Amino acid sequence: MQEKTIYMDHAATTPLKPEVLEAMMPYLTTHYGNASSIYGIGRENRKAVDFARNAIADSLGASQTEIFFTASGSEADNWAIKGVVEANKTKDKHIITSAIEHPAVLNVFEYLEKQGIDVTYLPVNAEGQVLPETLRAAMKPGTILVSVMIANNEIGTIQPISELAAIAHAGGAVFHTDAVQAVGNIPVNVRELGVDLLTFSAHKFYGPKGIGALYVKKGCKVAPLIHGGHQERGKRAGTENVPGIVGMAKALTLAVENMVVHSEKLLLLREKAKDGIFSRIPHVRLNGHPTVRLPGNLNISFQFIEGESLLLLLDMKGFAASSGSACTSGSLDPSHVLLAIGLPHEIAHGSLRLSFGDSNTLEDVDHLVENLVGIVDRLRQMSPLYEDFVKNNYAISVDR
Amino acid sequence: MYSEKVMDHFANPRNVGEIENASGVGQVGNAKCGDIMKIYLKIENGIIEDVKFKTFGCGAAVATSSMATELIIGKTLDEAQKITNKAVMEALDGLPPAKVHCSVLAEEAIAAAIFDYRKKNGLVSEEEEEGCNGCCGSCGSHDLHENHNFQDEEE
Repeated sequence: MQEKTIYMDHAATTPLKPEVLEAMMPYLTTHYGNASSIYGIGRENRKAVDFARNAIADSLGASQTEIFFTASGSEADNWAIKGVVEANKTKDKHIITSAIEHPAVLNVFEYLEKQGIDVTYLPVNAEGQVLPETLRAAMKPGTILVSVMIANNEIGTIQPISELAAIAHAGGAVFHTDAVQAVGNIPVNVRELGVDLLTFSAHKFYGPKGIGALYVKKGCKVAPLIHGGHQERGKRAGTENVPGIVGMAKALTLAVENMVVHSEKLLLLREKAKDGIFSRIPHVRLNGHPTVRLPGNLNISFQFIEGESLLLLLDMKGFAASSGSACTSGSLDPSHVLLAIGLPHEIAHGSLRLSFGDSNTLEDVDHLVENLVGIVDRLRQMSPLYEDFVKNNYAISVDR
Repeated sequence: MYSEKVMDHFANPRNVGEIENASGVGQVGNAKCGDIMKIYLKIENGIIEDVKFKTFGCGAAVATSSMATELIIGKTLDEAQKITNKAVMEALDGLPPAKVHCSVLAEEAIAAAIFDYRKKNGLVSEEEEEGCNGCCGSCGSHDLHENHNFQDEEE
């Protein structure tokens, strides 16, 4: 192992902030009571949960009765989608999502489709945006739910959520958004967005893993997913994860307080990395929207090479990053997101996702670019595709 | 997820490059699936005197290509043709299940290069001409082959 890891995969997860751990510590040690118990150490933890719920609701412009804790973002997505479909008793239900959703949404839609529900997967444009007119055209009389993520986890593209939500509402549908990549990174206000359901997860904003939440707008009908005890006002059973809930609240409060400074820093890192890569390495392509994207997300395809090899060589130099290549997805197909924005397979296989965060510096970016130049060249030298390109000057042009 | 041997052959691949005026060249796989292997052979008196490869693909694709070249160098054509994907995997101390197809590709690349040599030297019967030429890029179904060992290796 190398002595120091330069972590550039914050879209996968983030390290826990020391202040967050500190806030959680009592609830991992001395304050072990069940928040539903009647005695002192239970009641104290109930207070901690209530306080946390209030803080989280405030951060999102919601009221505290609209926040429900889950064990993950995936659970919250499953609950929102399956819960709306189950709660709606009409016949011939139709639901809509986008082609670039996280598997926690996409695979739920595919599951429901197999159960006989009518499903539409909205295409996106070359920058990865769902166009409002595409949604408008897809709406049917039976449409009960539309689910479109705020920001994409791979290419960082941000969707016009308030416009999409308005279209869904005009057609009588409920609007859910997977905000896992957005909350804590960009301003998110449920009222301004006009959404009915919103998923988020603490470990994407320097909080603990194992705690997610679903915002459910007052009056929005969602059937429970986890049946059991009366926790979360009977909507989601399971003993409250008090340390997780407290940690989520602390992390979100900090993220919202520091958001302006933090996103300026991320933007600086991202643009420096982009400029460095584009000026030093030929045959590269930026994936996703050039400006309407998460401040810390950079997704680039390097032509003629394959992403997993790139990641392994970067890892040997101490860099942790991610790719949309097939070899990192466990199938022969590259990322569904990169294919949905129209990339040919071989270009999608050669993608690199960098997601910057707190610990990264401008020096780290210099160091990264320097290493990438050598690694990309090395892989191209052993690539038969590059050999063909050099000898025949033939390749699909993707430069931009 | 990869064995030390795989990582060694990925980090320090043996026999990378091209051979000018090669006796036989074989290319298999396709960019769609994310791996392409090209093998160059220099054959003298029925012996593989030199071998080079170029690979577009994941860590396992590079490592299996590298190991395959090591296994066939100095061998007779008959010996080289008998090297299976299983032998390549064993020499690498195994591959994760999702990567077994890389070893199949390596076996096929060798077969394609030898076939190319035999074809150039008029050693191919008409019957063989009509059959599969081992270049699975041509039919795009290298992952569907039934004759290879696809049994799960250890993770």
